[in-house]
Amino acid sequence: MIVPRQKLTFWERLYLPALWGGLRITANHFFRTAVQGKAVTMEYPEQRWVVPPGYRGAPYLVKDQDGHTKCVSCQLCEFVCPPKAIRIVPPGPEGQAADRPNAEKMPREFEINMLRCIFCGFCQEVCPEEAIFLMKDYSFTAESREELLYNKEKLLALGGVHQDTIQKWKQKQVEADAQETFPVARS
Amino acid sequence: MPVCQSKFEHRSMTWMQQLTETQQWLLFSAVKIAVVFGVVMFFVAYAVLVERKVSAFIQDRVGPNRTVPPFIDAIPVLGRFLKRLGIFQPMADGLKFLLKEDFTPDYVRKVYFWLAPAITAIPAFLTLAVIPFGSQLGRQPMVIADLNVGILYTFGIVSLGVYGIVLAGWASNSKYPFLGGIRSSAQLISYEIAMGMSVVPVFMLVGDLNLSKVIAYQSGSAFDWMLFKQPIAFAIFMVAAFAETNRLPFDLPESETELVGGYHTEYSSMKFALFFLGEYANMIASSAMMVTLFLGGWTPLWGGTPASTIWGGLVHIGWFLAKMIALMVVFIWVRWMLPRFRYDQLMDLGWRVFIPMALVNILITAVVLFIRH
Repeated sequence: MIVPRQKLTFWERLYLPALWGGLRITANHFFRTAVQGKAVTMEYPEQRWVVPPGYRGAPYLVKDQDGHTKCVSCQLCEFVCPPKAIRIVPPGPEGQAADRPNAEKMPREFEINMLRCIFCGFCQEVCPEEAIFLMKDYSFTAESREELLYNKEKLLALGGVHQDTIQKWKQKQVEADAQETFPVARS
Repeated sequence: MPVCQSKFEHRSMTWMQQLTETQQWLLFSAVKIAVVFGVVMFFVAYAVLVERKVSAFIQDRVGPNRTVPPFIDAIPVLGRFLKRLGIFQPMADGLKFLLKEDFTPDYVRKVYFWLAPAITAIPAFLTLAVIPFGSQLGRQPMVIADLNVGILYTFGIVSLGVYGIVLAGWASNSKYPFLGGIRSSAQLISYEIAMGMSVVPVFMLVGDLNLSKVIAYQSGSAFDWMLFKQPIAFAIFMVAAFAETNRLPFDLPESETELVGGYHTEYSSMKFALFFLGEYANMIASSAMMVTLFLGGWTPLWGGTPASTIWGGLVHIGWFLAKMIALMVVFIWVRWMLPRFRYDQLMDLGWRVFIPMALVNILITAVVLFIRH
């Protein structure tokens, strides 16, 4: 393709209109920023970016509204995690039971390495219990690598409460009770 | 208190009168050199800050606004204001340059590599010697060396600075600095001639090469300034000064975007700082030169005679500095306005536009002078 070059007029070839235009634009910007204070800079530690809904920040564990750990230690997130940032220690056969009725297990230890995490959201997507969510935190600073290995207590504390509308395991009891009294036709 | 002061004055006067003429001259020259050097170093440091701030504002940013010593930060309103202004940034910058590792790559030509920064920085300071930066303080003329060939000396010294750049480019023994050095020499031959020719009409009008005489010629009022008598000469000189100081749009030797910093790519720490110093000192020297030649030097807008009192002398120095600062702001402002010239474009501009223009300007001035006499 050949781009046709337009002949500049004499006035344009003098450079002067371009010079004048440049001076005007830069002066305008200077005035707008220095005098009116309309700098576009966000001064980071003091001013923070408000993340949009659906933002994938750090993954944290959540509790349900009764204060119980939702994770059942199924290890699907550990399995799916592409950078292998999640490490789960299941309770084992003799381990501590879940802290809520009807649920079988909860993890003995749940650790996310925030240095490895790529914030892909697979863990949230794969979780059958809606126990892990990518929240809005995006800024991590620490003085050592160990500080960025978040353990179960820290993850639960940071995750907070998730208002679970289904409460599957709580309903299990209701369902079980219902089955006890379910009128079964006897022959 | 006044008694005390007069006594002190009296004593210092008698002490001064005991010195011979030469000794007095040496003493005052030394003081002037020390003061001018100090002021220029201060200006270099704060020109960098102004450059960063103005650039930031032009680009809708805020610029340096964090550096502050804790005891100043503790002052309620003023501390915060000074911090936002970035007043302390130059100190941090200077400290950084001092503390950085001074690294000399293995493949450079050592002697020239070490020599080049000095050759760039020194001429910039030397040019300031002939510039009259004020009228009089007491009986001392405010110029370090009142040379009869002032402008010739300046042109001679200023061109030396380029050798530092070329030498740095060659001694670094690597491709980007080398290209920077080549460009610098190409740039030199295209603007230096135009620059020299552009000021000829000024001296034709004045009839003397001494810079103090140039100022005396312009001291009537603002309308006597060469800016209004020789606008074309001023325009050519200004453009050439941009090329001289390696400022955008003519920063070909260092162009960060294409040559990774050009001639100073391989330099670090204080050696790099010397190049930096040289560039800004050059900017100050060119501004001072333009003020002297075209903007009436230390004379106020309504004209002035050499000051008779100390305060008058200080006011004149203030006028000189104010004009110089205004020109430096223009230097900084223009940087964000125009894209960089290609080096054939620069040579084209120098040889085919400015040299003929300067020659025609000389001719017209000569004809006008001839008719008038």
